[in-house]
Amino acid sequence: MSEELLSRSFTLHSHDFDKAGETSTEIKGMLKELGIDSQVIRRVVVVCFEAEMNVVMYADEGTLTFVLTDEDIGIEIADRGPGIADLDRALEEGWSTATDEMREMGFGFGMGLPNIRRNADACEITSEVGRGTTIACRIKLDGDA
Amino acid sequence: MRLDEIAGMLSCETLSAADHEVDVEAVVASDGMSEILAFSRPHALMLTGLTNVQSVRTAVVADVSAIVYVRDKRPDQKVLDLARQNGIPILLTSLGMFDSCGILYEAGLDGVM
Repeated sequence: MSEELLSRSFTLHSHDFDKAGETSTEIKGMLKELGIDSQVIRRVVVVCFEAEMNVVMYADEGTLTFVLTDEDIGIEIADRGPGIADLDRALEEGWSTATDEMREMGFGFGMGLPNIRRNADACEITSEVGRGTTIACRIKLDGDA
Repeated sequence: MRLDEIAGMLSCETLSAADHEVDVEAVVASDGMSEILAFSRPHALMLTGLTNVQSVRTAVVADVSAIVYVRDKRPDQKVLDLARQNGIPILLTSLGMFDSCGILYEAGLDGVM
């Protein structure tokens, strides 16, 4: 049984493109201070950043919960929003429902969810149309990408 | 390859305090931030035509060594301030993406995707 060392929760705001990524940057700083391996930090922060961008682009509001244990880092992003109608397609690289505005921000090219899954050792995505999406990931502290 | 050598090759203007001693090991070039997050590796040089705040946040998350904005696309002050806060050097070239990549490839740098 792993021991929980640190837990933090962050509110993610929708449609605030300028602030998107602030939470990920804060988590990166926190993990660096704790002396976590740089490869692990990178994977965690990519997961957080992509998830943050998804909330900003698609959802009404969201929460990112971060839990550090002596074995791994858990990241759960739960949003209230439109949900994902076809999860299998959303996990295909290049498939996207993004608007032109999202693409002008440099996102929405169908890489977000695949990036999240690629960087996590375990990743579970559940979604209900009209209600929202929850992404729960675990990244091992001694894992390889 | 050092950043100041690259700045010379691409005739760059320095927009944000650049540590020219920075060593660049490879190049990641895209206007899609998720592509950079997916394929970049630490200490790569990031070439992009996207000049918003998210380009800097992507650079921070991807651990790139510096950003070169291509096609003479100049970021606003908010972007430069964020880059300074995070220690990311920012350069600007009037060359397009294709020409910039071609010059760096000819000089021996590899792409990461």
